[in-house]
Amino acid sequence: MRREGSPWQGLGVVLLKEFADHLTSARMRVLEWLVVLVALAAIYAAITQVRDVTAQDPFLFLRLFTTSREPLPSFVAFLSFLVPLMAIGLGFDAVNSEHNRRTLSRILSQPIYRDALLFGKFLAGLATLTVSLLVLWLLLIGLGLIMLGVPPGGEEMGRAFIFLLVTIAYAGVWLALAMLFSILFRSAATAALVTLGLWLFLTVIWPALAPAIAQALVPSDDEAALIIAGQMLARLSPSTLFGEIVLALLHPTTRTLGPVYLSQLQGAVMGAPLPLSQSVLVAWPQIVGLVAACILLFAVGYIAFQRQEVRA
Amino acid sequence: MGENVIEARGLTKRYGPATAVDHVSFNVAAGEIFGLLGPNGAGKTTTILMLLGLTECSEGTARVFGRDPMREPLAVKKLVGYMPELVGFYDHLTAADNLYYTARLIGIPAPERADRIAAALARVGLSGEADKRVGAFSRGMRQRLGLAEIVMKNARVAILDEPTNGLDPQAAVELLDLIRSLKATGVSILLSSHLLDRVQSVCDRVALFNKGRIALMGTVAELGRQVLGGGFAVEVEADGGIDVARRLASLPGVRNVEEPTAGRWRLTCDRDLRAEAAAEVVAAGGRLTQLALDEPSLETIYTRYFQSTQQEAAHAA
Repeated sequence: MRREGSPWQGLGVVLLKEFADHLTSARMRVLEWLVVLVALAAIYAAITQVRDVTAQDPFLFLRLFTTSREPLPSFVAFLSFLVPLMAIGLGFDAVNSEHNRRTLSRILSQPIYRDALLFGKFLAGLATLTVSLLVLWLLLIGLGLIMLGVPPGGEEMGRAFIFLLVTIAYAGVWLALAMLFSILFRSAATAALVTLGLWLFLTVIWPALAPAIAQALVPSDDEAALIIAGQMLARLSPSTLFGEIVLALLHPTTRTLGPVYLSQLQGAVMGAPLPLSQSVLVAWPQIVGLVAACILLFAVGYIAFQRQEVRA
Repeated sequence: MGENVIEARGLTKRYGPATAVDHVSFNVAAGEIFGLLGPNGAGKTTTILMLLGLTECSEGTARVFGRDPMREPLAVKKLVGYMPELVGFYDHLTAADNLYYTARLIGIPAPERADRIAAALARVGLSGEADKRVGAFSRGMRQRLGLAEIVMKNARVAILDEPTNGLDPQAAVELLDLIRSLKATGVSILLSSHLLDRVQSVCDRVALFNKGRIALMGTVAELGRQVLGGGFAVEVEADGGIDVARRLASLPGVRNVEEPTAGRWRLTCDRDLRAEAAAEVVAAGGRLTQLALDEPSLETIYTRYFQSTQQEAAHAA
């Protein structure tokens, strides 16, 4: 049955309202301070380390992202840990709170479709995360300029910018996951716990578990087949994908993200950096996978929301 | 009454094998207050959601101003104001900001918003609370804010789900007054409630729901005649008088006279016989102390109806 009227009607209104809610909420302020403080510590540590160690690195600026100094992990490691936390923090009660506050049926009785509400909430969450990540990114580059005194090259900036986009997509995956559970579970606490549990599982346990499962599934003595199978399984986790993309983007010498046969290395100049386009190409499947995961999770949530009863 | 604003024909909603609403048909005429009454879980809210296009109907058709809420939900929802049961607002926003959000969703042009919101809040007596956070509001204030939203929307039909639920008696009376004043401005109203007696006073017509079906429909007086049989009950109290009971019974139109206590008579009659009964008591030499016409109460009608249907069911079995 065809319905009349645009599903986008009211999208902008919902987006702006949710965006304003996010930016003024106490929860967001706590998350922002957490992220900024932790990131500052990581950046500071990286800068002191970079100054000590590397003088002649052509990609000095990228070292700011990836260098760690005991006991702090690197900026990128921090991000891969904190971005999901922020995204989950923004999304875990997106829909069920509307149910529990009994605002959902009132809002949906206004002349808008459900699509506008869900899209608006997702985009507002993504916009909030984008703003935070952009601020963080600019902070890092600004501090780098001041403290290193070396201007970054065009290619470095290109890599850093693509890294920013990928991080936003990574945040989108967790936001979509959190919103999916906020649709499926009526209780916000349950949704938050399940999302956090799944996040820990995918980030910490799954990468360790994947090779073991591969060993059980692939009855082969072929070492390479086993490694490839393990890697394929591990890539089901968005954290693994993100880690691999970071590796390809921020370490220009990375030539491949899988196992390499000796024959493939013939004629290669070891340790020579790849141009940006080639690095992106190396990580392209991972980037597409990350975006696809985000869209898929959102689509599942979208269908669940459309089929859900409105009544409390 | 004019044309119908809401028409439901054989509306049915099934959840798997269970039938929540079973072939429900009714009309709401322009300018009337129509009550969907019945116990919780009888299918009232589901019926309302189908009228709004917020849930799909398994069978039957609904028309709101001649439009199908399934096919043109946006057009229907523009004309209809809906206040769900225990309506909720965003607690961290002020009353006015909550209405601003809805105003933008409705698409009220920016220059008009402030005036319409202020006017709506004034109508429901919340002008002083416009800039307070809804988190601090009582249940009654929230319900009134829900009505303010409908006023702001200039809705031509208001659908109110359990509007007096959770309110103390004072707040409930105030809310019912507001609903009456809404009707006075030409808004048709469909309201649902399980508190039969409380909403009886505001409804022009009612439909009594039971297990997903409409058991009875009509004005309260009609239902009374239909179920209780005897049209009017007149209560007379008097001191003294000779042979009052016999004289009252001989009045034309009186079917039955009971004397529950001495000096008190209960007449079942075909029409309102208060004046005749009073004259008769005086003529018999009695001093009339009280005279009352018993309106049939919905509660009584409802209980009596289900007693009789249950008895029939028992007989059939």
